[in-house]
Amino acid sequence: MSYTAATVQLLSEKGTLVEGDAADEYFPYIEALSDEQLREFHRQMVVIRRFDIEAANLQRQGQLALWIPSLGQEAAQVGSGFAARPQDHIFPAYREHVVARIRGIDPVKIIEMLRGISHGGWDPKTNNNFHLYTLVIGSQTLHATGYAMGVQLDGATATGDAEKDIAVIVYFGDGASSQGDVSEALVFAASYQTPQVFFLQNNHWAISIPVETQSRTPLYLRPGGFGIPGVQIDGNDVLASYAVTRANLDAARSGAGPRFIEALTFRMGAHTTSDDPTKYQESALLQSWVPKDPITRFETWLRSRGEGDEFFAEIATEAEDLAADVRRRTLAIVDPPVTKMFEHVYTDPHPLMGEQQAWLAAYEAAFEGGQA
Amino acid sequence: MSVESLSLAKALNLGLQKAMLDDEKVILMGEDIGKLGGVFRVTEGLQAEFGTKRVLDTPLAESGIVGTAIGLAMRGYRPVCEIQFDGFIFPGFDQITSQLAKLTNRHEGTQAFPVVIRVPYGGHIGAVEHHQESPEAYFAHTPGLRVVTPSTPHDAYWMIQEAIAGNDPVLFFEPKSRYWPKGDVDTSTNSIALHSSRVVREGTEVTLLGYGPMVNVLLAAAEIAAGEGTSCEVIDLRSISPIDYAPIVASVQKTGRLVIAQEAPGFVSVGSEIAATVTERAFYSLEAPVLRVAGFDTPFPPAKLETVYLPDADRVLEAVDRALSY
Repeated sequence: MSYTAATVQLLSEKGTLVEGDAADEYFPYIEALSDEQLREFHRQMVVIRRFDIEAANLQRQGQLALWIPSLGQEAAQVGSGFAARPQDHIFPAYREHVVARIRGIDPVKIIEMLRGISHGGWDPKTNNNFHLYTLVIGSQTLHATGYAMGVQLDGATATGDAEKDIAVIVYFGDGASSQGDVSEALVFAASYQTPQVFFLQNNHWAISIPVETQSRTPLYLRPGGFGIPGVQIDGNDVLASYAVTRANLDAARSGAGPRFIEALTFRMGAHTTSDDPTKYQESALLQSWVPKDPITRFETWLRSRGEGDEFFAEIATEAEDLAADVRRRTLAIVDPPVTKMFEHVYTDPHPLMGEQQAWLAAYEAAFEGGQA
Repeated sequence: MSVESLSLAKALNLGLQKAMLDDEKVILMGEDIGKLGGVFRVTEGLQAEFGTKRVLDTPLAESGIVGTAIGLAMRGYRPVCEIQFDGFIFPGFDQITSQLAKLTNRHEGTQAFPVVIRVPYGGHIGAVEHHQESPEAYFAHTPGLRVVTPSTPHDAYWMIQEAIAGNDPVLFFEPKSRYWPKGDVDTSTNSIALHSSRVVREGTEVTLLGYGPMVNVLLAAAEIAAGEGTSCEVIDLRSISPIDYAPIVASVQKTGRLVIAQEAPGFVSVGSEIAATVTERAFYSLEAPVLRVAGFDTPFPPAKLETVYLPDADRVLEAVDRALSY
């Protein structure tokens, strides 16, 4: 699927601002950003792309079982990630590494999941409301809707104070749009008029299945049937991603009900490191997205505004430093103790956990060199 | 002491009401539970008392009910979900087993998920397909969940409150066939913990073990057996996960014989699990193999055949005779 007449784009592929009816209402959000904030958009996109490459390399070198790249989707994620206010809650799918980083999650926590150390393990309450990754496709949309229902029951939204009113954003993809849970989340969100934004990254591929198999109509039209306004944006335009998400989150927090954003982007790499896109994807299609790269166009625009080589060199260095740091710390990760298996299966005491942990300890102690 | 004669459905209603009065974070969600009071009227009057913000008539979507309950639990609520009928739990199965059951573990203990899922279950109501099933074993098999089932109005009143007060997800199976008979409920005090099994009739020769709708059948069988000169001990399991084995093993050490009864199909079932564990723990006390009396390994049949499918006192007594024949 390509851009439509309705696609909101603020920054063209050439790195120039786009004037027009679809864009005009969103420019005030961009004008309100400081130069430092704009530089931060670029910094996060560049740094996470370098992190992504490093993590994929670590997988190839046998240090991770798997890596889930976000290559090409940096603008959709950075823009929407910065659009969320501090009090907002973010429910990711499993590819939103840069949103995690924006909310303060150490990227090594994500690495740990793919290295077989944890199933998640950060606490959303102490990590700026960034919730855990969910690997069953689309399940998190219902958790987000339930959370938003709770916010509403608490009266913690729609008071008219945008600095305090809470909204929820949930990430999912074009593949997830076919899941029943996503439809049920849309139903519940519409019924209870939850303060939330559904943020669909249409990267055109659910592993090997093209988006045309998931939907014969543009996905931003789907929420209309549920009574939820939908908008399509150029997901490779970080300005559009920021402004449209900001506007929609603020609408949701004001009590106007749920919103839906389809961010058109492209998965420039594989689904995961276990995947081989050459088996199902025409290289011409991939090449057609190269000129739409989110980072290139934003750099062009920043340079046109006077940003100099020094800044770009500085973030290139920062990206290299982060990659080196992630590599060093990944190699230093120690395996979890076997007791981790039994901890936190239940919150209250449970007899089987104690019995089986004791049995395992005795079993291991029975071997030569074990401690009886 | 305050004892009332109540139906199990009414006892649940009062238990839910008490839990909601005790903790404002307790909310009820489900299909038709508000104005209608649920198809079995278990939540009757609660929306009128507590309002639509605490008793939510949800859209008709079981995965949606459980999935949003998970999000509400993350926000600090204690949702109690009603699944309208046993056979309708499966659209919510993924959210229960892949999400709810694992989320405390995924959070490494920083977030509890005190979600109770109430499920009317079992046969003897003459209903159509999907309305008479016993799916408890699926959930007992899933780490992270707790599974309980009351057999009496007194237990129903207390167990629903204890399930709600606990910090883990609980599948709360309610025996439909026992919703309406009345029994004494002491609303002032309770003497037994949620995950305890209990001897409900003492005996010396054969132990009969069951839960939920089967307990009454076992008591009837024990009465008949007594008339024929056989002394049966009856145990109400109450908690399917975890299982409280101490009273069961103690009983088998005394009687040497165990018959387990359930409405669910017998293959890979709660009865299978208990048979294996009791064989491990009481092997030298057993005078006969542990025997199971269960629903057949068929889909629940059309209602005119349900009395053949569902274990009754006669089928229990046949197993008692077999156990005594070794």
